[in-house]
Amino acid sequence: MARLNGFLLMLVVASSLGVVASQHQARKLYAAVEREQQRSSQLEVEWGQLQLEQSTWAAHARIEKLAREKLAMRPPQSGQIIAIEERP
Amino acid sequence: MTKAKKGVTFNHNPLLRSELPAWRPRFVLLCLLGGSLALIGRAAYLQGVNDQFLQAKGESRYARLLGVPATRGKITDRQGDVLAVSSPVKSLWAIPEDARLNPAQTRQLAALLEMDVNEVNQKLAVDKEFVYLKRQVSPELADRIAALKLPGIHDQREYRRFYPGGEVMAHVLGFTGVDDKGQEGIELAYESALAGRPGSRRVVKDRRGNVVEDVQSIRPPQDGKEVALALDNKIQYLAHAALKQAITDNKAKAGGVVVLDAKTGEVLALANAPTFNPNNRVHLTGDQLRNRALTDTYEPGSTMKPFTAALALETGKFTSNTIINCAPGRMTIGTATISDAHPHGALSVAQVIQKSSNIGAAKMALTFTPDVMWKMFDNLGFGSPLKLGFPGEVGGRLRPAKTWRPIEQATMSYGHGISVSLMQMANAYQVFARDGDMVPLSLSRLDAPPLHGTRVFSPQTAREVRQMLEMVVQPGGTATQANIPGYRVGGKTGTAMKLVGGRYALKYVASFVGIAPISDPRLIVAVMIDEPTAGKHYGGDVAGPVFAQVMGGALRTLGVPADAPLKPLQVARQGTTSAASGESM
Repeated sequence: MARLNGFLLMLVVASSLGVVASQHQARKLYAAVEREQQRSSQLEVEWGQLQLEQSTWAAHARIEKLAREKLAMRPPQSGQIIAIEERP
Repeated sequence: MTKAKKGVTFNHNPLLRSELPAWRPRFVLLCLLGGSLALIGRAAYLQGVNDQFLQAKGESRYARLLGVPATRGKITDRQGDVLAVSSPVKSLWAIPEDARLNPAQTRQLAALLEMDVNEVNQKLAVDKEFVYLKRQVSPELADRIAALKLPGIHDQREYRRFYPGGEVMAHVLGFTGVDDKGQEGIELAYESALAGRPGSRRVVKDRRGNVVEDVQSIRPPQDGKEVALALDNKIQYLAHAALKQAITDNKAKAGGVVVLDAKTGEVLALANAPTFNPNNRVHLTGDQLRNRALTDTYEPGSTMKPFTAALALETGKFTSNTIINCAPGRMTIGTATISDAHPHGALSVAQVIQKSSNIGAAKMALTFTPDVMWKMFDNLGFGSPLKLGFPGEVGGRLRPAKTWRPIEQATMSYGHGISVSLMQMANAYQVFARDGDMVPLSLSRLDAPPLHGTRVFSPQTAREVRQMLEMVVQPGGTATQANIPGYRVGGKTGTAMKLVGGRYALKYVASFVGIAPISDPRLIVAVMIDEPTAGKHYGGDVAGPVFAQVMGGALRTLGVPADAPLKPLQVARQGTTSAASGESM
């Protein structure tokens, strides 16, 4: 009887240590998930800001200004346009 | 004590030998029993009866309800280019009572916030529990201020809407308020789709404030949906730039341009002037804010005539070659006299459109019954709002047919006595671009074109009127400036005098509505210039060039194949080598 009790006691101690360990593990993993989620939302924000930046750089008004002033470009005259026909 | 050393035990202590009274141990025992009963009772009360209160208290020590922010949806154009996006910013607030700053700290704070020291002091001197120091500052700045660790100064996360398109898109997109809710334009019209619903969740936090466990998700956050507009970024820019130039050149008060895709009914561009910068709305006037193309009406003038001609052909009483006598350029109906800007002799129906004769249009109109004409206007969408879902859309003025007098019927045939919005006018020209039927307009991108249109005129009639519209931009027409090399285009000019206080004043609205390419119309462009004062006021002179610029650019942008010869035409075919000689750019 005493032996059985001792055995059961050991089982209980082992399982409770297991609970503590797994709980700790779960919290660590949860913290990791949390960090990644935060990173994901931060990247989302950055993506929005980059899109914003891209549209600002690629604004047609800016491109037209650069093309005209820096590169001295102009729309082609009607005689300078060559239409290419695709043969079916 | 010395006695004890000699072996006296306590048992023999004479004090102990004296008998205790019998009640004393019983009394002590009773006290102990009572005490322990009280403890058990208290414990049972706390554990069993009043446990919820304590559990709640306990939980509040470690569990926290966290708000999960949701972002507002983006607005993109038809190619997916971002037109409006929400980005997180910080708002700085203070608890004035806690914010006891020394002068050096205040100066530091004011410098970072780019505010006056006095202003900061004033804000912190208010007798309130909460005061905003500055809203919507950049996250980096907020971090630098947080690093100063000033007492009583806090920040909170907010969203701010950014519009990379600036004034080009301002009227279509509208804007949001400081709380990221739509207040104008698409932002307001699509509010329910764009708005995100913030969620919340219950978590367990440890001593250092880290979240260690998710207890439950009370409401998951719902991010706003992305809205893709029918708008084409590039065409919109073309329209905006051309309109802005025309307003400056003609010293006009205002103007608008609408570009529609005739195949699908999508609104490809909608520009207004004067406009505003949605990213900085400090000096905003109602005049800049108005989306004239949708919320203002004007008397369209001669752009109405093609509909009169179409109805005339439809009734069978006229063909495009029927001769109408327009001499001597004036006509009296009842007590009123109407006249042509330039007197004409006998004109065919097609020439009435080409030369824009009021008399010719009136003579056609007087052969219809008011009911028939009203029905046509109604079918074309005049007199009632377009139901685009845009805030502040107007329907214009179309009085019931019963009240029409003959003179009114005559003037309506050339666009006076009836008022429309520019968008309605562009919408109505669908009947000529689409072989007689109309599809509902859409501000958002459609995945597939609408299957069925509403038929207004027969395809035969629509095609004939299209020929007439093409004559308008050809030599002898009223709008030769609207011609575009490489494409066959057609359209109609409008030059209407403005009603000021019930009388026609010498103020004009110049307009042009046109379609291209005529062989298979793809686009409808409507241009309206309000009060040009630089000498020219005819629709062909003022609005025609804008039309040509926008239409030409838009057709090239969309890659619509040319249907007219370029002068001089150069075509490079496969197998031939002599195509591009001497044309290096």
